Amino acid sequence: MSGADVQAATAAARPQRAPGSLRLFWRAFAENRGAVVGFAVMLLLVAVALLADWVAPHSPVVQFRDHFLAPPMWQRGGSAEFLLGTDDVGRDILSRLIHGARLSLLIGLAVVALSLSGGTVLGLSAAFAGGTADIAIMRLMDILLVFPSLLLAIVIVAILGPSLFNAMIAVAIVTLPNYTRLSRAAALGELARDYVTATRSAGAGTLRLMFLTVLPNCTAPLIVQATLGFSSAILDAAALGFLGLGAQPPTPEWGTMLAGALEFYQRAWWVLAFPGIAILVTVLAFNLMGDGLRDALDPRLKR
Amino acid sequence: MLRFLLRRVTLIVPTFVGVTLLSFLLIHLVPGDPIEVRTGERGITPERLAAMRHEMGLDRPLWQQFAGYEAQVLHGNLGTSIITRQPVWREFATLFPATIELSVCAIVFAIAVGLPLGVIAAVRRGSVFDYGLMGLSIAGASMPIFWWGLMMILVFSVALGWTPVSGRISDAFYVEPWSGFMLIDAWFSDDKGAVRSAFSHLILPTIVLGTIPLATIARMTRSAMLEVLGEDYIRTARAKGLGGVRVVVVHALRNALIPVVTVIGLQVGTLLGGAILTETIFSWPGVGHWLVESIQRRDYPVLQGGTLLVASLVMLVNLGVDLAYGFLNPRIRR
Repeated sequence: MSGADVQAATAAARPQRAPGSLRLFWRAFAENRGAVVGFAVMLLLVAVALLADWVAPHSPVVQFRDHFLAPPMWQRGGSAEFLLGTDDVGRDILSRLIHGARLSLLIGLAVVALSLSGGTVLGLSAAFAGGTADIAIMRLMDILLVFPSLLLAIVIVAILGPSLFNAMIAVAIVTLPNYTRLSRAAALGELARDYVTATRSAGAGTLRLMFLTVLPNCTAPLIVQATLGFSSAILDAAALGFLGLGAQPPTPEWGTMLAGALEFYQRAWWVLAFPGIAILVTVLAFNLMGDGLRDALDPRLKR
Repeated sequence: MLRFLLRRVTLIVPTFVGVTLLSFLLIHLVPGDPIEVRTGERGITPERLAAMRHEMGLDRPLWQQFAGYEAQVLHGNLGTSIITRQPVWREFATLFPATIELSVCAIVFAIAVGLPLGVIAAVRRGSVFDYGLMGLSIAGASMPIFWWGLMMILVFSVALGWTPVSGRISDAFYVEPWSGFMLIDAWFSDDKGAVRSAFSHLILPTIVLGTIPLATIARMTRSAMLEVLGEDYIRTARAKGLGGVRVVVVHALRNALIPVVTVIGLQVGTLLGGAILTETIFSWPGVGHWLVESIQRRDYPVLQGGTLLVASLVMLVNLGVDLAYGFLNPRIRR
């Protein structure tokens, strides 16, 4: 291989920074109208979460003793003081939802960060090491995949004890195989390419090859999976909260709020309806975005 | 084919050992005194504790304990419930038909609704129907089903009074438990009211548990159909003058079904996971409800054995799907 070839190959290894590549990406992304809506909702959620202390009309934990189960504003008996009503101990539901947005985004972020980094390291190691290590890692992932994800999360929480933090760990472990498999498959596809051979023959060490040469070219599927992982993390953590295995009351986590509503939702629908809508809208936003990203980033699926 | 079969079947062995190892570790990692965790006895005298420790083999090295556990599992001994003192295996066997009944109804519902919707969306690509359906299906896949179930109860059971809130059949009926499937048992009891009651108890849980598979199947069918509809042989069939319905159903759907069937096979894990939530909401006396209760009662042997059984089941179904797929599609037998 001539010197020029090596140069060209290493140049190809770097992501193309053609002028306006961000605009090109946005054009592809914006073609999917749902994705744009999802993106807008996500921005709104992030804003609400960051500004929760200022946006929320009340504290999420203060109990207004004169307003137990006050209905939402537009129903008879409702007042503008509690837009979406209050729960059984007189806490403002809207304020709890707003602070819950903070928690849910935090859950999504923490879980995705954990499982994405862990899964990528495992997947790349499996792809690079090959042989026994590869088999061992992938068998381990197969074992994790045999358990229905919620059941595995429940078992992990049973061991660690119920809390929001442990629920996040559990969900991160449960979603680990997705990232491991994806990054391994993507890395294996790249390993056979000339630019990797070129970089290796230029004397790059394994770690450099893994994280600086190969990984940047495997990001597209990982970004898509991370976005979708955000929504499944929020959903699973809410399910754990609902089963009493996640965040504990009085934490304004959406799933935990639903668990608290179980005893009286039949006479106070608003206690049930709004936290669920919050979960649904958030999860939907991330799923829509993930779809748009897949269309924009994955050239194979381009129409 | 034989080699493919043998390879897949032997691959299951390490996975199974791993699964048992995980469930073995579960009971060792649970906080609390190991004897209390296993037997639920409290305030035991030190002598009795030592005796029990020895009797249960807890004084042996961990690997010997695991080997012992593995042997017990392979002999079908999965421990005893702390609360009911019943063997875990027997409890599972009595409750499992309820879970199967619900899961089968849910998947049949999901296929019966999702498949035609996906086909229509693909045929009318870009229409309002297509966009509406795709929007709905992504919303369905995003659904927190525990909330969805409660909302359904609120609307259809509490407000409208159309369906019962919980359970499998009304208390007014006694049905001889013969097959464990309430619908079948009620059918053979020759009591029209019992059948109606069992059926009405199934409707809401079926819809709730079927929602995510329905959304997944509709999306998958649509994309598989779109791919197939662009193929040359479809154009050929059309050029031959075949009618629209015939081309779609006979030529396109048949070939689009392969990925769809795979997706349906992969729903088993989703269904069993979803059953945990659905059964909890509807007080459906199945395996999912039982597992959630076992945590609340700190009945760790049940959680351990039940988890192992569910995981083994998923493993076997995945193997079955794999083998069926290899049988249908020779290209993947390598």
